[in-house]
Amino acid sequence: MLEIRGLSAAIEDKPILQGIDLTVPQGEVHAIMGPNGSGKSTLAYVLSGREDYAVTAGSATFDGHDLLTMEPEARATAGLFLAFQYPVELPGVGNANFLRTALNAQRRARGESELDAVQFLKLARAETKRLAMPEDMLRRNVNVGFSGGEKKRNEVLQMAILRPRLAILDETDSGLDIDALKIVADGVNALRGPDFSALIITHYQRLLDYIVPDHVHVLAGGRIARSGGPELAHELEAKGYAGMIAEAV
Amino acid sequence: MTAAVRSGADGFLARYDALRDLLPGDPRERAAAAEAFRRTGLPGASAGRREEAWKYTGLRPLADASFAQSVSPTSAHSQIRARLPQIEVPRIVFIDGMFSRELSIVPPAVHFARFAGRAEFGSIARPDGQPLVALNTMLAEDGAILEVPAGADAGLLILVSAATDRAAFHPRHVVRLAPGARLTLLDLAFGDGSYLHNPVFEVTVAADAALTHVRLQNESTSAFHLATLYAEIDERGTYDSFVLNLGSRIARTEAHARLTGENGITHLNGAQLLNGMQHADFTTVVRHQAPYCASRQTVKNVLAGRSHGVFQGRIEVARHAQKTDGYQMNQALLLSPDAEIDTKPELEIFADDVKCSHGATVGELDADQLFYLRSRGISDAEARSILVRAFLAEALDAVSNETVREVLDQAVEGWWEKQAA
Ligand SMILES: Nc1ncnc2c1ncn2[C@@H]1O[C@H](COP(=O)(O)OP(=O)(O)O)[C@@H](O)[C@H]1O
Ligand SMILES: [Mg+2]
Repeated sequence: MLEIRGLSAAIEDKPILQGIDLTVPQGEVHAIMGPNGSGKSTLAYVLSGREDYAVTAGSATFDGHDLLTMEPEARATAGLFLAFQYPVELPGVGNANFLRTALNAQRRARGESELDAVQFLKLARAETKRLAMPEDMLRRNVNVGFSGGEKKRNEVLQMAILRPRLAILDETDSGLDIDALKIVADGVNALRGPDFSALIITHYQRLLDYIVPDHVHVLAGGRIARSGGPELAHELEAKGYAGMIAEAV
Repeated sequence: MTAAVRSGADGFLARYDALRDLLPGDPRERAAAAEAFRRTGLPGASAGRREEAWKYTGLRPLADASFAQSVSPTSAHSQIRARLPQIEVPRIVFIDGMFSRELSIVPPAVHFARFAGRAEFGSIARPDGQPLVALNTMLAEDGAILEVPAGADAGLLILVSAATDRAAFHPRHVVRLAPGARLTLLDLAFGDGSYLHNPVFEVTVAADAALTHVRLQNESTSAFHLATLYAEIDERGTYDSFVLNLGSRIARTEAHARLTGENGITHLNGAQLLNGMQHADFTTVVRHQAPYCASRQTVKNVLAGRSHGVFQGRIEVARHAQKTDGYQMNQALLLSPDAEIDTKPELEIFADDVKCSHGATVGELDADQLFYLRSRGISDAEARSILVRAFLAEALDAVSNETVREVLDQAVEGWWEKQAA
């Protein structure tokens, strides 16, 4: 379970998050929507441990562990996964090697046995196929020369292989055509279960037709301005953020 | 069996005075070299005077070191053997600069002679204005003369220099490829303790011949490695070289390539991985003296600790060398705030229809890339090593011979293990 209490964060002395309260119980999928620049990515980065942000108040715990004091790699090992809004290119680093190194680092940290190259490739090929991705994606350098859509799908592939207990998807749907969108949704839905929760950051209601969330939150002014069921996403689509936020205050 | 000599330039001159009647080859060449060396001394060793070519590298620590004439014990052989790559290919081994018949496997397809027996100074490397060539010419005792006959493919040959503490040696190597000949030469230098390895190479690549020359400088980190190489490449010939500088307290690998016939190609690529107080200087001069030739230099530096990397690259294009294609790129990754890189590119172009470019980048590890790796559960240390290896891999990809690449990869691996220890 993810519990965020009064979380405030700033970048370069500019306050972005101003008292976020949010609880995502185990097994639930929550969506966060909000206008551009409202701090959605900031929240995702603060939860996964990027250094540029200063947490100025509040707390965030994952299964009772204080997330904010953990190194990014320890958060990942604890089961947190961030699908980046802008996946990073790693020239000279093969995708398969990268994925195996990550998976084995997590398995090692959890006291599990490592996968050898053959075992890993079997797993990776199966996941690649299930997500309808070309197999040569594993042979290429991480995100180098990938189209925008391929980069997003590569994030989903990583999630499928690393099997997190809490996935944060930061606008994984933007820039995707409807087929790619379904692939992303299938990737998330395949993991859904009592031991998996997700925070889906999106700008559009469209993705939520395929991944039906348990709750929807609207982020505005650095706080959760409204929360509700899936119908909130439709309301948002109809009224727009401006109308919603005006109603909320 | 050791006798201490004086240090600095005087020490080398005293050694020449003691040995002059015993050294092989033309004594007039030796005397002229000694005269030149007496005038210049060791570059950057005395205050106030510094040649432009030695702007970033001073040999004061070498001048302060003293060496002894050692006779390495045969017991060293098994240790040296253990450090040779376990590959079944011909090899020519020198210990403290002297040919070791016991450790060598003389190649069938290459004509091999010792400089000690056939002291040819060659015609390209001249002592004037080149203090280290002068020092080498004055004191060279042995070296490999390698000749590949016309049309022959001599495969892979390993040239090894193993060194012991306090040795100082000045090997004189000659590599000649007759028209259409091919050779891959893997040059390994390693040793223990503080010593000086000051080789001079003369390479001639005749028409349609191709030499791949990969050099792994993995000397002791207390050693001095000062290598000067001259290559002349005739029409449609290729001199493709890669230098990996890992070892030495002070290293300088200076290469002069002259393209003398149309459609010649030279690659002077390399990588330097340094830590602690190490200093490595990668200096190249490419002379395009015929039309339609191409030269490529990609040099990558990974600098940790208080290490200092230097890249000096000069491309000269003669007036008639039209359609020259020259490219030069120097990149440095600084892993510590105390590491330093100096880059000096120089283009001197007298032809008007040429394509020449150069570039340089200096940076630290990318914070976004590091975070991306760590967000997947990879530790900070492992993430850093992945990114540094990726940076290096791009340089090492220039080495296409798989056996040779494997040797370099293992050396890089060994370097990492040493840093982690
Ligand atoms: N590296 C940065 N430096 C300065 N300001 C930033 C930086 N990253 C984000 N911001 C600012 O923080 C605010 C929130 O950005 P972000 O979290 O990316 O919003 P969202 O993901 O909701 O579009 C924006 O005003 C943005 O301009
Ligand atoms: Mg964003």
